Amino acid sequence: MAIASTPQAGADLTPPPPGRPRSVRPDRRGVPWGRIAGWATLVVVMIVTLVPFYWMLRTSLSNTRALAAGSGELLPVDFTLGAYKRVLGLSTTAEAVSEGGSGASVNFWLYLRNSVIVATLVTAGQVFFSAMAAYAFARLSWPGRDTVFFLFLSALMIPPIFTTLPNFILIKDLGLLNTYLGIVLPGLLMTPFAVFFLRQFFLNASHELEEAARIDGAGHARIFLRIIVPLNQAPITTLAILTYITAWNDYFWPLLVGKSENVRVLTVALGVFQAQTQRGTPDWAGLMAATLIAALPIMVLFAVFGRRVINSIGFTGIK
Amino acid sequence: MSTATRARRYRDVPAALIFVGPAAVGFLTFYLWPAIRGFYLSLTDFSLLSAPEFIGLENYERLIGDHLFWNALLVTLEYVVINIAVQTVFAVLLAVLMHRLTRSMTIRSIVLLPYLIANVIAALVWYSMLDYQTGVVNQLLEWLSVDRVAFFGETTTAIPTIALVNTWRHVGYTALLVFAGLQAIPKQVYEAAAMDGASEWKTFWRVTLPLLRPVMALVLVLTVIGSFQVFDTVAVTTTGGPINATRVIYYYIFEQAFARFDFGYASAMSFALFVILAGVAYAQLRLTRASQSDLS
Repeated sequence: MAIASTPQAGADLTPPPPGRPRSVRPDRRGVPWGRIAGWATLVVVMIVTLVPFYWMLRTSLSNTRALAAGSGELLPVDFTLGAYKRVLGLSTTAEAVSEGGSGASVNFWLYLRNSVIVATLVTAGQVFFSAMAAYAFARLSWPGRDTVFFLFLSALMIPPIFTTLPNFILIKDLGLLNTYLGIVLPGLLMTPFAVFFLRQFFLNASHELEEAARIDGAGHARIFLRIIVPLNQAPITTLAILTYITAWNDYFWPLLVGKSENVRVLTVALGVFQAQTQRGTPDWAGLMAATLIAALPIMVLFAVFGRRVINSIGFTGIK
Repeated sequence: MSTATRARRYRDVPAALIFVGPAAVGFLTFYLWPAIRGFYLSLTDFSLLSAPEFIGLENYERLIGDHLFWNALLVTLEYVVINIAVQTVFAVLLAVLMHRLTRSMTIRSIVLLPYLIANVIAALVWYSMLDYQTGVVNQLLEWLSVDRVAFFGETTTAIPTIALVNTWRHVGYTALLVFAGLQAIPKQVYEAAAMDGASEWKTFWRVTLPLLRPVMALVLVLTVIGSFQVFDTVAVTTTGGPINATRVIYYYIFEQAFARFDFGYASAMSFALFVILAGVAYAQLRLTRASQSDLS
């Protein structure tokens, strides 16, 4: 090992005494101050991480008109569900205004539905077509394969805005502005990352099953759908979750091509809502209720698949 | 090449065409072609209303003399420096703490949580918490007898505020990347260090950090490039203000294209950004010797 700074590292080869946990250094000074300081730091980080989430909830359950006076209160100020009613279009204009809403009609159900449609289409298309391409790159032999793959990968280098402007023009020329298709199209068929990610896994799958199936007369479609996809269910699911989260959180592209009400997704709607409410005193409760509605589906997804997402982080580093 | 291997080489061609077809169409239409077209547009005067008119390097000449462009780059750079410095220090600290103290999945999940919500949401939540009148942070400052701060509203504080909000969102993700790198360091190295009586502090500086270098190099390239692309937070909070204090490069390009419909100029700036980012990534990889590991 070439570790210049620990020259004696190899000198003493006695194994460490059994039973001593690696991460706990022998305690010679009584109180393990180091560990206490470490845990204290971790706890502080956890608090800083979580407080904004709590504050979102607390503010969303408050009455906007009472917030200014009670800005330091830990519990909802003048508890009400009004903000949610307002944001989901369930309250009358008079009710909304009396609790500090703008009175403008908003309907986050619609935006929620749009977000679900967009994220679902992107995820389904992108994962499926990228898996097909990954199969061709990993399991089929054809001339130019590695060159094409390298070309795909090189697209990872391009900053998105550089291709976004021409893509906007293309979508506009196709007459697809303010349609679901226009929003999903650029991500529907592939991303270089998705192809790269799946190819890594497809390369490692065993060849035996595939050969056996081929001898039985199975074609490529059958091998792909019946062998490769089921064998790689775990990475495919992980990719699908990551794709869904990315699509759900995307703001820039849907802002450009999907601003009109009927296809507006949650992130764009939040921006519009923020801009509308900005004059005078913002409707903080309404805004926080809306952000919570926008964040909730992802939280649920994470609660169900969290472990998978976390374990994949090391790998997605290349994204 | 014998006929047998040639046959083998071409055996899968029809299937390959079908399988790679949709992705190839996507790649050509939404990556390769727009990249070429983007470069061409940067050499034109194009307002969306009439066909692009070729004007050579005029956009680039204009860019060199545009003080708002340089301002945008400077503001972005300030953002990147604050964001990356704070984020990297905290991410490494957090990763090392997790690595030394706990294997808890719950803690790792909590750490990742801010990264999963949209930029827009993170921005709005902090926007409300940092509000001058009703924000809880200003209430805290008042209790501590410190003057209230208009975090998003002053030229001096706006960029640091935005940089720290995004640090809050990204630090956990970065920490988990570093954590994955830490897990790849063999236990024996730590055992050896412990046996030599090295303190935690010394072990960190002399063992952990040097062995982490390749991972850190990659993490830094990724986070720096991502950081240059800040847009969402600015778009929903300050929209470039106060004055030009937060008019970051992405936002300036966005405005030129979609508020002034100057697509030629916007494309030229995008291409300039592309070149800058490629240069930054290359310099980083060279400086950090990213492809060499000390572990072997």
